[in-house]
Amino acid sequence: MATTAAAPVYAPTQPKEHTGLWSWLATTDHKRIGILYLYSSLGFFLWGGLEAGIIRLQLARPNGTLVSAELYNQLFTMHGTNMVFLAIMPLSAAFFNFLIPLQIGARDVAFPRLNAFSYWVFILGGIFITLPILFGAAPNGGWFGYAPLTTRQYSPGINIDFWVLGLQILGVSTLAAGFNFITTIINMRAPGMHLMRMPLFTWNSFVTQFLVVLAFPVITIALFFLQFDRFFGTNFYTTAAGADPLLWQHLFWIFGHPEVYILILPAFGLISDVIPTFSRKPIFGYPVMVYATILIGFLGFGVWAHHMFAVGMGPIADSLFALTTMLIAIPTGVKIFNWISTMWGGAIRFTTAMMFATGLVAMFTIGGISGVSHSSPPADLQQTDTYYIVAHFHYVLFGGSLMGLFAGIYYYFPKMFGRLMDERLGKWHFWLNFIGGNLTFFPMHFSGLLGMPRRIYQYDAGQGYEPFNMASTIGYGFLFVSMLFFIYNFFVSRKRGTPAGNDPWGGGTLEWSIPSPPPDYNFAELPTVTSRYPLWDLKSPRLTADVPHSKAGDTEVKVDVGGKEVANSEVAATDRSRMPAESPMHMERGYRTAKELGIPMPTPTLKPLVTAVGLTIMVSGLLFTHLENKAPFFTIVLTGAAIMVGSLYAWLTTPLEEEH
Amino acid sequence: MTSLPTTMTSASQTEVAGGHHYTTTGLDNRKVAIWAFIGSECMLFMSLISTYLIYKGRSLAGPYPHEYWCRATKVTAAAPIQGCPAGELFNPILNIPVTSASTFVLLMSSLAMVLAHNAVVNRHVPKRTTGERIIGSSKLWLATTALFGLIFLMCQAYEFTSFVHEGLTIRTNLFGSSFFTLTGFHGAHVTAGVLWLLSLLAIDVKRGLLPEDALNVDLAALYWHFVDVVWIVIFTLVYLIQ
Repeated sequence: MATTAAAPVYAPTQPKEHTGLWSWLATTDHKRIGILYLYSSLGFFLWGGLEAGIIRLQLARPNGTLVSAELYNQLFTMHGTNMVFLAIMPLSAAFFNFLIPLQIGARDVAFPRLNAFSYWVFILGGIFITLPILFGAAPNGGWFGYAPLTTRQYSPGINIDFWVLGLQILGVSTLAAGFNFITTIINMRAPGMHLMRMPLFTWNSFVTQFLVVLAFPVITIALFFLQFDRFFGTNFYTTAAGADPLLWQHLFWIFGHPEVYILILPAFGLISDVIPTFSRKPIFGYPVMVYATILIGFLGFGVWAHHMFAVGMGPIADSLFALTTMLIAIPTGVKIFNWISTMWGGAIRFTTAMMFATGLVAMFTIGGISGVSHSSPPADLQQTDTYYIVAHFHYVLFGGSLMGLFAGIYYYFPKMFGRLMDERLGKWHFWLNFIGGNLTFFPMHFSGLLGMPRRIYQYDAGQGYEPFNMASTIGYGFLFVSMLFFIYNFFVSRKRGTPAGNDPWGGGTLEWSIPSPPPDYNFAELPTVTSRYPLWDLKSPRLTADVPHSKAGDTEVKVDVGGKEVANSEVAATDRSRMPAESPMHMERGYRTAKELGIPMPTPTLKPLVTAVGLTIMVSGLLFTHLENKAPFFTIVLTGAAIMVGSLYAWLTTPLEEEH
Repeated sequence: MTSLPTTMTSASQTEVAGGHHYTTTGLDNRKVAIWAFIGSECMLFMSLISTYLIYKGRSLAGPYPHEYWCRATKVTAAAPIQGCPAGELFNPILNIPVTSASTFVLLMSSLAMVLAHNAVVNRHVPKRTTGERIIGSSKLWLATTALFGLIFLMCQAYEFTSFVHEGLTIRTNLFGSSFFTLTGFHGAHVTAGVLWLLSLLAIDVKRGLLPEDALNVDLAALYWHFVDVVWIVIFTLVYLIQ
């Protein structure tokens, strides 16, 4: 049956001109940019994890003396900022970049050079905001940077300047990517790829990008106010001039709550593609999944003040935001039940990716339930600013987002690098991660309910916090070891993993129809799509009999999707005996290049990189605004602006592709 | 199994007429992107305008937008305050006649923008009368749009300077901070728009904008109209409503 789609199993090789540092700096290929995002975000993730390790060691015992209060402030601020803006968001961006064009049947994103620009701005902004901790000058006002605390009066040092400017740089990157992906998904879908046929990862990414372009301008403005207050002496957050001390909190959380969904929706999308593949069933209730995603996006803008129950907004505002917060649990719950229903009766294969996906379902449910528990203002008043909140958001971010993203890495690693990750090491990674995560974060519910406050660098003995903190620190040890397994697995599999072939998992969506890693043009011929699972239509049509098709007669093949029948005889490539590493691969066939096929490809260019460098130089000049000597300020800002404008001009006047 | 539905046939018509890449909606990618960008900009200005409105009337010291203020006695009133020492009385800051004029100029620039786009689209339509030649001159209308934008900016520069002379800077009070930031952000958008228009004008002078270039003018026009609409909101909320 599979012979109709039999494509040669290509060995993962790349033509010569596609290697070397230059090719990475000048690339506009969405897949390579995705891989750049993957490596960078994993690097930042490990860095943020080490910061967390110092925090856990400091708190392992009462009155820890490992770090000072000042350094502790920098550590928890940078741990949060790192994980939110530099680890989880760009890890999602790695998948946006790599997958969206492949899933919708496109050759690249809508604006390939803008895409490269987004990446370079991200990495430079990430370095800008991360480096100061090495000099003890890292931001120290929390990842939420509450003003007036962060105004010059209360935070005179350069620390917060790095934070404000770094986030502005990162905002440029995220917004540019947002416009790019919205356009890509609206406008670059292959013929027949209607909205209601898009893979759910693409759908979740689509909603995420709308959240990005609507939420990020708000934080941009809040940061501009703070920047003006700090640099030019304006009064936006100066309470002595009559300013509202809640202005920052409102603006920040109008951004901050959609941001929460920006962090979780891509992970939801990934497992919505992983679970059907490993259950050998189409997703249960596809339209409802789409509507739930959209509803989460909408409601995400209407719940921000539940972060502020403790500031005393009054009973009416509190009740309203409590209600909207409880409402948002409904579409989220729908998703949980749909994933479970997809697995129900399926022929489940517990690969590492599937284990991480089910891990998300379980852990996110715990985090979701604790979230509902503080949607009630009276309960929240007891929980706010305690470790109970820390437990909650680590269950949704670590147990939710990160598990989903790991599921995505194990699932798509073969597509990215042409080789499978080792399943045995992967399972070690999963179980250590799962046990470690629960051991670290579950006890925080108890220490929180006992009253242990967040963001405090020491606690006294005898308040009942000791066993829970020790458990959390031991749990961190498990997480640390699990990451060693992951890193080892990642790099060894990259070199010596089993060659994957086009479709190692028996997936149903378009990305599995092309070689792994895909050629730079992705699809030699753009596909025409007639259902949600085009590859299953081709290879295992019984699986998709209940899925709407556009052609008459397509649904005639009857199958009991809930029953045993779905267990397909197709052999998964994970079965190593079928595909020994030594077997001769079709090396000699290689890829046909874009030129041979007559497909126009974007010219590699350094202009996005140079523009990003100019932007970063320009913004970093603002660090010197408040010095008496204005020379460095003007010199650096004008140099950066000149580089940026010059490079942008060259960029805009050069066509994307060579004339053809 | 040969009767399987062919679900992944090739689409050879990947290139549509005119050499443009295939797109799902048939619109150019840039057109879709500029709408997404404008949506995002709405939230940017919404944050600025909300902050202005939240801080309206909360400044602890003058000068104020619509009221007289005596610094010595800390009195605020709708009419000139009697008995205030010389040099201590501050007039209402906002100069509504001047800004009404500049608003009118900005609105007219949108009309010129529409005519510029129209002229580019109808480049090849033969012009017989002088009127048709004037209406059909994209250079004239692009230059007019940019010029009106510049006049608006000059009015804003005059406004800012006179406010500073009257004692209101960005540091003075909440009104100063939120007013200068809001209108300054709008002014920066107008500046960007003027530069965009001038670069289109430069291309038009150099080689002439043809109907194939209409999209480039269309994108600038969408942005320009958006900036214009934002100003209508700002003018109403900041200047007209007391």
